[in-house]
Amino acid sequence: MSTLEIKDLHVSIDTEQGVIPILKGVTLTINTGETHAIMGPNGSGKSTLASTIAGHPRYTVDSGSITLDGEDVLSMSVDERARAGLFLAMQYPVEVPGVTMTNFLRTAKTALDGEAPSLRHWTKDVKTAMSALRIDADFAQRNVNEGFSGGEKKRVEILQLELFRPRFAILDETDSGLDVDALKVVSEGVNREHSKGEMGTLLITHYTRILRYIKPDFVHVFVAGRIAEQGGPELADRLEEEGYDRFTAQTTVEA
Amino acid sequence: MAETTHTEISPDTPLDGELGELDEKARLGAPSGERAVIDGFTEEGERLPGGDDGTEQLGFKKHSHGNAPVIPEASRGERRRSFDIADFPTLTGLEEDWRFTPLKRLRGLHTEALSGTAPAVEVTGAGNVTVETVGRDDVRLGASATPEDRVSAAAWNAFGDATVITIPKETVADGEVMVSVRGAHAEAAAQHLLIEAKAFSKAVVVLDHQGSATLAQNVEIVVGDGAELTVVSVQEWDDDAVHVSSQQAKVGRDARYKHVVVSLGGDLVRLTPSSIFTAPGAEVEMYGLYFADAGQHLEQRLLVDHAVPNCKSRVTYKGALQGDDAHTVWVGDVLIRKAAEGTDTYETNRNLILTDGARSDSVPNLEIETGLIEGAGHASATGRFDDEHLFYLMARGIPEKAARRLVVRGFLNEVIQQIKVPSLEERLSESVERELAAGNL
Repeated sequence: MSTLEIKDLHVSIDTEQGVIPILKGVTLTINTGETHAIMGPNGSGKSTLASTIAGHPRYTVDSGSITLDGEDVLSMSVDERARAGLFLAMQYPVEVPGVTMTNFLRTAKTALDGEAPSLRHWTKDVKTAMSALRIDADFAQRNVNEGFSGGEKKRVEILQLELFRPRFAILDETDSGLDVDALKVVSEGVNREHSKGEMGTLLITHYTRILRYIKPDFVHVFVAGRIAEQGGPELADRLEEEGYDRFTAQTTVEA
Repeated sequence: MAETTHTEISPDTPLDGELGELDEKARLGAPSGERAVIDGFTEEGERLPGGDDGTEQLGFKKHSHGNAPVIPEASRGERRRSFDIADFPTLTGLEEDWRFTPLKRLRGLHTEALSGTAPAVEVTGAGNVTVETVGRDDVRLGASATPEDRVSAAAWNAFGDATVITIPKETVADGEVMVSVRGAHAEAAAQHLLIEAKAFSKAVVVLDHQGSATLAQNVEIVVGDGAELTVVSVQEWDDDAVHVSSQQAKVGRDARYKHVVVSLGGDLVRLTPSSIFTAPGAEVEMYGLYFADAGQHLEQRLLVDHAVPNCKSRVTYKGALQGDDAHTVWVGDVLIRKAAEGTDTYETNRNLILTDGARSDSVPNLEIETGLIEGAGHASATGRFDDEHLFYLMARGIPEKAARRLVVRGFLNEVIQQIKVPSLEERLSESVERELAAGNL
């Protein structure tokens, strides 16, 4: 079993208006096999947490720590974090010109595993995973995310999750912008991988809708850069009924 | 220097040229009286700098390349063509077709006698094509192409012997025709090549430019009726080379012509490839790949002249830039003349800027004189490889250097794949890798 441990994390961003603190002391522990949902209103810092774990250069860690089985994640480069087993399914996957999906997937898999995958098995794995996520076969020859719709981009993120098999998957609002059918397909993909029991999942979402398909073990409510409340799946049900009002009423929401 | 009072030149604009030239250009720039001027466009398809409001050239605004008063031609089709160098005034750099070229770095190609030793030409490969070295008086030379600028005219008047490659009628070349052009001298020199694919022949001809040279070159290309010809011009010169090359092709009935430019090496490389349709039913593809490093100037100005009905053209040029003062220029002129009904054309240029300090100019021009066409379009995009692309690839475990290479390789391979000569494709892929390595990416 692996453990991703976040302790008293403080994160800020540098803007034209000066340095703005976003995360103000986040503590969270995730083990493989567990699914944690992080919910909260816009601007509460959910996505900042996701990007900070992955190592996006825009975010500055002011204090606190992130460790993976005791190893200091914050001292690793972005690619080292990925190779250590962290995967971020991005909220807005970028289009990468000139690189086909096929080439990209194989290059990434080779980098992650430290050796090239056996061509025969790999081709089959990619085909199977694409078909399960109902991604058209011709996507393989297209450039990474180029011209993909919002929903297609999200499916391709989950395709990567299934092919790369990370120890910890962080899903940054993977559900946003998906219709019900796409949401089901994407959720099934996450559940398939999760059911193997070797992955911990951090599911970041604004809505409770995806939690009908992906069952969380723990729910954390983010407000203004802190965890305001945590509990089991029942907390999500309560949020669905009451919304975030009772949290936001008590706190001034910051950027 | 003489003063001018011509209405199209702002009186407070400093002028470097001579009065005679300005008058000449002004005359060429005069409205034809029958072509409507669309607001925001000159007939060249872009807003050009210079000139006062209220003149007949509407839509002027300052362009990013500076304040020089540039007078466009009324139509690309009316550009002067002549074998007589005197028909082209001394270059000042203000000319529409020279405005991006740093004349100072031409090493005298535009001013000197071009009396240096031309690069050695050696033709190998196919055994069933004819290769001749002929004197200037051979009647075939100059029969199909007429110089369109001063350097080209100077080259025409200065070359010694010419190399003529003929693919005989109904002959399929039994291998690639490799034309090695090896430069070993720095003095300004002239060269003339003629490639003629006779009717229903089929061949791939590769012009492989290497070494060091200061070369003004005319490559005359004739694609006979029903012929299928690919011409690849590779510029892998040494760092100091200067190469100005006009590569004009006349394309016959139902012919297929593919032209590929690969410019990687040299201090200044300026290619002006053109495809001129002379009979209906022909198809032209023009591809280009260029990779400019610090200080390099790589320029390509092409023309597709749809003068006859029912022809098709596709143009795809891609460039990468890295390093301080790396400069690329792409100008794509597509002209659909009144007679060219049923034309189908599309041209595109993409540039990828990899570092700060590089500059890419891209100017697609589409001039349409008939509405009875299948389609006509153009696209130009210049982007930079930015931190978000890098983050995405690195977040999938790919190290930074590998991520950059992945993107550039993929970007440029689209053009390399068009060459269809495996050994050359491999060599050029390796060259691109070396460029990347040299840029420390």
